[in-house]
Amino acid sequence: MRSQAQYRASFAIDVAGSVAFGVLDVVTVLALFRVSRTLAGFTFAEVFLMTAIASTAFALADLAVGNVERLQFYVRTGLFDAVLVRPLGALMQLLAMDVAARRVGRVAIGMALLGVAAAHADLVLTPARLALLVVAPIAGALIFSALFVATATVTFWWVESGELGNALTYGGHDFSGYPITVYGALFRRLFAYGLGFAFVAYYPALVLLGRDDPLGAPAALGYVCPLIAAVAAFLAALLWRAGIMHYRSTGS
Amino acid sequence: MITRGHDVPAPRVARGAAYPALAVAGLRRYATYRQAMVAAIFTNSIFGFLRCSVLLALAGAGTVAGYDEPRLATFVWAGQGLIGVVLLWGPYELADRIRTGDVIADLLRPVDLVWQFLAADLGRAGLAVLTRFVGPVVVGALAFPLYAPRRPATYLLFACSMLLATIVCFGCRFLVNAAAYWLLDARGPQVAWTLLSGVLGGLYFPLWFLPRAAVVLLIAATPFPSLIQLPLDVLVERGPPGEQVMWVAVQAVWAVAILALCRWVQRRGERKLVVQGG
Repeated sequence: MRSQAQYRASFAIDVAGSVAFGVLDVVTVLALFRVSRTLAGFTFAEVFLMTAIASTAFALADLAVGNVERLQFYVRTGLFDAVLVRPLGALMQLLAMDVAARRVGRVAIGMALLGVAAAHADLVLTPARLALLVVAPIAGALIFSALFVATATVTFWWVESGELGNALTYGGHDFSGYPITVYGALFRRLFAYGLGFAFVAYYPALVLLGRDDPLGAPAALGYVCPLIAAVAAFLAALLWRAGIMHYRSTGS
Repeated sequence: MITRGHDVPAPRVARGAAYPALAVAGLRRYATYRQAMVAAIFTNSIFGFLRCSVLLALAGAGTVAGYDEPRLATFVWAGQGLIGVVLLWGPYELADRIRTGDVIADLLRPVDLVWQFLAADLGRAGLAVLTRFVGPVVVGALAFPLYAPRRPATYLLFACSMLLATIVCFGCRFLVNAAAYWLLDARGPQVAWTLLSGVLGGLYFPLWFLPRAAVVLLIAATPFPSLIQLPLDVLVERGPPGEQVMWVAVQAVWAVAILALCRWVQRRGERKLVVQGG
């Protein structure tokens, strides 16, 4: 990490870029609400809160395990062999090999926006809700992290899987930032419940806002998000182990 | 300063034949990455579902910023296809070649560097129209009601518009990469390009969601709307025929200006080029 800070200009540019991507999430929501006052029955303040939670969760996950995207490169070049022969956990090494400190920028801006969003939405914060406000982005980060690891694992079976994983990781980020009521039934079932993205921001935000789910789910569902996150992390770990077992070096 | 091959007069016929050959080479190169192409279409389609759902929910049953429901859906899906044609997030190949010094091999060829790269890129784009453009549009048509242009002339105008968008995008990417002549590490310009081209290009939301004066300024003063927004406005017939022609004309001006800038920057860059030893 220290080595990256040595190239000051490059590092500053990277941090600035990282902040800008965080701001972009909100710019899009602002633009959408310029032409309409509600989105599927939700106001700007409500959608802004969801976007801020999703954005912070994604930034945290990207900071923690975003590097796992490089697995494809390591597998293709055979460098992954060098990782495996060391007496340390392969995943931990992979994450530590190039800690992208620049991604701190996006985490910082995400948290700042989350504060603004919470203030703007006039939340009635009970102790339980306050705890959820803190826990939800962390649980969301765990869900995104699980997806990052799980999609990277695909490379063990399909070396040239390209940007396929992006559809679920970056796509999941985009999905989570909006009320799940905007999506069609099939797509919603797949992403919101199948992959758990509804528990990143939508259900926690409903609890924070004291709103009922238009889809009729129990109001307390938002508090379940750490449980969903744990399940996601467990499944990703299983998949990772299976991938390592399946791994055959690329030869030459 | 280096002496380039094309300072030596080359036979005219050979040089003229080089560009189509380069275009075919560009096409064949990308045709070999079949799996990557399928993965890209899949990814573009997922984002198509995401953005289309949000925009349609926003519109309700009405019209927003001059787009009705089928127009919005077409805007999203054709936009997801266009990403692959203009190659918004293109490979930063030239920057790497400048950094490593490999660019010398390109400069030694008796054809101009800008035209060389453009020919290869147009070949690639030709293939992308049939694959990466058609793919998401077909997926979108299966899931949403899309807008089929009413005026026959629109198809021709859109073809021109897509070609010009490809040239403008190529030029922008070339300039971003050419920054490596001066900076060696072009990551700063690359990050800025990725951000600006998406937002100001109209990928995340139609630019007309913004105040009208701001959009007109963006179209006139920056090349970004020429990449995605203007071709899509031409396709969904957002305005009268005169407006469509005007957008294509704006794109043409940008294409000429950007290519001229590319050639100027390239000449300056060559003088600046220091091949890293070793």
